[in-house]
Formats: sequence, structure tokens, C-alpha cells
Amino acid sequence: MLAKRIIPCLDVKDGTTVKGINFINFRDAGDPVELGRQYSEQGADELVYLDITASHEGRKTFLDLVRRVAANINIPFTVGGGINELKDVDALLNAGADKVSVNSAAIRKPELIDEIAKNFGAQVCVVAIDAKPNLIEGTFEWICYLNGGRISTGKNLFDWAKEAENRGAGEILFTSMEHDGVKNGYANEALRTLSLSLGIPIIASGGAGAKEHFRDTFVEGKSDAALAASVFHFGEIEISELKAYLTAEGVVVRKTKM
Amino acid sequence: MTVAIVKYNAGNIYSVDYALKRLGIDPLITADKEILQKADKVIFPGQGEATQTMQYLKVHRLDELIVGCKQPVLGICIGMQLLCRFSEEGNVDCLGVFDTPVLKFHPQKQENKIPHIGWNNLTNLKSDLYKGIPDGTFTYFVHSYYVPVNEHTIAETDYILNFSASMHKDNFYATQFHPEKSGSAGELILKNFLNL
Repeated sequence: MLAKRIIPCLDVKDGTTVKGINFINFRDAGDPVELGRQYSEQGADELVYLDITASHEGRKTFLDLVRRVAANINIPFTVGGGINELKDVDALLNAGADKVSVNSAAIRKPELIDEIAKNFGAQVCVVAIDAKPNLIEGTFEWICYLNGGRISTGKNLFDWAKEAENRGAGEILFTSMEHDGVKNGYANEALRTLSLSLGIPIIASGGAGAKEHFRDTFVEGKSDAALAASVFHFGEIEISELKAYLTAEGVVVRKTKM
Repeated sequence: MTVAIVKYNAGNIYSVDYALKRLGIDPLITADKEILQKADKVIFPGQGEATQTMQYLKVHRLDELIVGCKQPVLGICIGMQLLCRFSEEGNVDCLGVFDTPVLKFHPQKQENKIPHIGWNNLTNLKSDLYKGIPDGTFTYFVHSYYVPVNEHTIAETDYILNFSASMHKDNFYATQFHPEKSGSAGELILKNFLNL
């Protein structure tokens, strides 16, 4: 049976892992390759490396780090940040990344999703979406944001996710900006709506603070995978213990001991 | 031991290179006929689309070369699918080592997401390729097309239906999953292949 995935996310700036509390005030959490290797040994199912300053400052992504990760780690990993065109994707995949995550660039130029899917296959194309509810004419509507949450796009989360799927996205990585860093659980209602309306896997992001939050996003949010950063980086949740907990709760996760 | 990785227009070839290096093997990534023929082991890996990869193999005469290999060959993911007779992905004739079609997954329920992405169990393990690998071991899959269970199947996985996670015929071995991305279980499977 297909297992629910646990995905530590390593936000990288200047070669070091950092994690934002609501996207600001970074705290240092170590060497990205070493940290990734440790997570892999603890039972992480995938890793995500995000070059967090890339889209904001227009920096190109970190190919050397990608090569080192690919050489040292035996589980799949996704890279994101600063991907603006097809040649960025080509370079990252050639450096050994398994998938790329596109966010702002895909909103600005949606055809990028079609191009990635056509040239490299839908399975490499993760479309990352940052969104939060806006009060519009008396009701809350989920709106997508650009550049790490700095610019509102006016695009509806569910419409954009559906468009991304139709254009060839292989997975949706949805971050609820209001839940991110707060450690109060994932945005399961929105995740559930996404999961039930799309035919591609949904990765939940933003809000993990306790083991129960992972169970809840798999069971209530119908998420296919759950991403988290600081709870892992600062040792608040250990991945093998989390998996033992999820197994006991009836959630299918990968057992790593043979 | 020389291990050759077939170089063609599929993605993810380098992750196999990295995985073998972690096992202490320095493989040759090549489309050179002589090197491929002389290698002790040949790996035919990759991620990609069936029509485009088949066309490339034909233009570069790699199709005949792969089918004519006498040493152990390991097809991975699209490599496995290309070793089959025919693929529904673009309705293209493939290499025909395994006399089976490659079919598109059709979701039966809402939770049947396509592509099949992630870690899933291997069951009904039948070959030396799986020496030391217990039934139920998880490996990493990424695909939207599958090979039905057939006489060559040596491992099965359940997603929407039971399909071939792995096949074997003569000197040809194949995995739908990515051993190079399947943690320590994947490393053992690659080691077993190298020891064949």
C-alpha cells in the first residue's frame, strides 16, 4: 500500500539551513547535506531543499549543494527557489535533483509548468503555492501570494491548483501562510478541498508542531505527504518516533528497518 | 568489474551514477557500442516519455544494442517499460524483451492519484535480485503507466491494482521502482544485481 510521506524541508540561505517564523526572523539549523543525511537515516521519505532568498533577490539556485546532496543521499529530493525558466530546471535535474518546485515563476508565467512537464515529465514538476484567506465581500477566500508571501496575486488557491494540474503539475505543495511557523496544525480544511478536487498528490506544508498534526493532515486533510521544518531541525519531533506513532494510529508509513 | 549506464535522452541517469559510486563502483555513462558490449553489467535507467525515448534509441541504434546484450542488464523505471513490447504512452512499439504491454493507470477511486508517487511495498519476491529483501519492503516509485503482472514478474506492488514492480527474463532484469532512490533496501537490490 502506498505510504504517506514525511518530508523535512530545508530552507537554505548562503549554504546554511534556516527556518523562518512566519517567513521572517531566521534561526540557524545546520549544514544542509549533513542534516539531510541524518533525516534520511531517521526515516525521512523525501527531502525538499528550498533556496529561500532566490526568488526575492533574483539569485540563481545552488547547483553545488544539489550535487553534494545527490552524491550523499539515497532518497529522493526536490529543489526549489529561483527557478524562472526551463534551463534552470535542466541544470538542477542534471545536478541530480529528482524534482523541482516552482512557485512565483509559475504564477507569473503559467506556461512554465507545461514546458517542464513536456520536457521532463509531470513527475518532476511540483507546483508550490503559498496562500492565505482574504476577506472578500464578507467571505473568506484563499488567495495565492508571490515571493515568499510578499505580493498578493489575486488568484484563488483552488482555481490556480486546478490550472496547475491541467498544465501538467505532478504534485501540489500547499503552504498555508497563516499556519506556517505557528505549530498549531496544518490547514486541513483547505488541504482536504484540494485533495478531493485534484487527481495529483498534495503535500501539506505549514503548521506542524506535534505528532498529532501529521496524523490529522493525513486523515482529515487527506494529504498524501506532510512537509515540516523546524520541528525536525530543532529535534522537537524525531522522525522514527513520528513514524512509530503514525503506524500505531493506523496511518500507513514506510518502515525503514528491514 | 565494469558497469555501463546507457546514456540516452532520459532524465535521472546521474542518480544511478551517484548510487553506484556510493557502493564503490565507478560506472561508465556511455552510448558507445563497444563499451556497452564489453561491460560486465549494463544499467538502462531513467525517467522519461516512451515515444521520445524510443525514437532516440532507434536513431542512435541503441535499440538493437540493448536487445542484443548477453550480460546482466537492469532496466529501471522507463528503462523497464521500454524493454516491454508496447506502451500505451504514445502508443509506441518498444524493445520487446518482455512480451507484455505497458498500460496507463486508470483511477478507480478519488484517492487514486496519478502519478503513483512515493514508497510502496514489494510482495511475491522471486529472484536473486531480492536476496535478503523481506516481503513487504518499501521502495520508491514515480510513474503513471504500469506493466501488468505476467509470467516474467518477480515482484508485485499494489496500487489501484497489482502490477509488476519487477521482472526477469534470461539476462534481463527490470524494476519499475527506483533502487537508486530507495534507501538502504535499494542499495541492497543494486548490490544483488552487481553480484549476479
